[in-house]
Amino acid sequence: MSAESITDLFDKKLKVINIGLESFARNMQNEGVEVVQLEWTPPAGGDEEMASLLDMLED
Amino acid sequence: MSIAEANQEAVERIQSAEPELIGIGTVEDDLPDIEDKMILHAAPPVDWEDMCGPMRGAVIGAIIYEGWAEDQKEAEAMADSGEIKFDPCHHHQAVGPMTGVASPSMPVWIVENKAYGNRAYCTLNEGLGRVLRFGANGEEVIENLKWMEKTLAPVLDEALEKAGSIDLMNMTSQALHMGDEVHNRNKAGTSLFIREIATYLMNTDYDRETISSVLEFMRDNEHFYLNLSMPASKATMDAAHGIEESTVITAMARNGVEFGIRVSGLGDEWFTGPAQVIDGLFFPGYSQEDANRDIGDSTISETAAVGGFAMAAAPAIVGFVGGDVNDAMDFTEDMYEITLAENDNYNIPYLDFRGTPTGIDVRKVVETGIKPTINTGIAHKEPGVGQIGAGLVDPPDECFEDAVRAFVSEYKQ
Repeated sequence: MSAESITDLFDKKLKVINIGLESFARNMQNEGVEVVQLEWTPPAGGDEEMASLLDMLED
Repeated sequence: MSIAEANQEAVERIQSAEPELIGIGTVEDDLPDIEDKMILHAAPPVDWEDMCGPMRGAVIGAIIYEGWAEDQKEAEAMADSGEIKFDPCHHHQAVGPMTGVASPSMPVWIVENKAYGNRAYCTLNEGLGRVLRFGANGEEVIENLKWMEKTLAPVLDEALEKAGSIDLMNMTSQALHMGDEVHNRNKAGTSLFIREIATYLMNTDYDRETISSVLEFMRDNEHFYLNLSMPASKATMDAAHGIEESTVITAMARNGVEFGIRVSGLGDEWFTGPAQVIDGLFFPGYSQEDANRDIGDSTISETAAVGGFAMAAAPAIVGFVGGDVNDAMDFTEDMYEITLAENDNYNIPYLDFRGTPTGIDVRKVVETGIKPTINTGIAHKEPGVGQIGAGLVDPPDECFEDAVRAFVSEYKQ
């Protein structure tokens, strides 16, 4: 993304999809930004062993 | 067969099950592999020395009921001696609520899955208050069990002979439309069963007073249907068990010490973790300090897409297990995240007749961290006090994680 297009972005009304930590969404909502919160957690809550085992069991 | 194909087969078997009540037998005559002086209990396996208070109380009561000992002291000594063989109901095609204790002479419902020919069994519900399944073992408890053996069971069996068989899937489906989830709310199911059996009861050769006593017993126990919905669920899930490569959970059970699960593709092994103390609503005068850890085979309900998975069908239950009506809706909605299908037979009017979440995939439980929603009665930790409340179970992570590890070890290494 060029510097120009970033400037363009901030000139427009922001519409944000926040994935993961809800506090990020709340901060932006407090600033009047329209935010859609997508509930997401890493597979197996971030447990690397379980995530790698689950990878082996994919359909 | 891939995991996806295996799970599709498991779900197909759950969806096409036809559990029907076909009669009443006894533990010793009808259940497979019952040995002399064997007492069954809620799964997973547990030794006498490790059993919780209510289960020990129920075992002592069963020994007295069988006439193997004269009193509680003698019965306890007999259990201590190692003379009694203990085994989970689940290992004998059976299930039992709370302690799940069942001994050879006890009558059992016989439920046959007509689509696959397998049978499942469960004792008849004793009623509320001081009863064996909560560990009570006094004289009145034994007398009630004897009445059930000598009167209730034969009278109902004769009525069932006249009825032919009773379609339990159809009855549960109706009960869900009438506000039950058939685990901790069985008001509708019990009423439907009484409606179905009443005419046949009147046509038995028993006298009016005897028939009246049977009807009164069922009327006074709004959980009477639980011991029918449970073997119906067991008959349904056993048909889906033993499919290689399937990650579908086919049984969940708690013995008051451990919570355990079985997975279709992993044989008869139980994957366990510590049973939880339930955080729920307590009857006046009781608190969490009085509570036994989670107990009973009744979680076969959730495994088979009813119970906590159908809470959106039973908004009134929140007055019993806690939370509000929106919670009941949310509990059911969440369960779609960890299941493979929507039930073809059980649906929820409030969710625009959406089928209940069906076929728990152990992979999805571990991946999402969403654990099965289970509602349950809470037993007092001392034998014989009975039910002191109800609430929601928080199953331990270990059992699901260990099952995933075992699955990789069995099929991918």
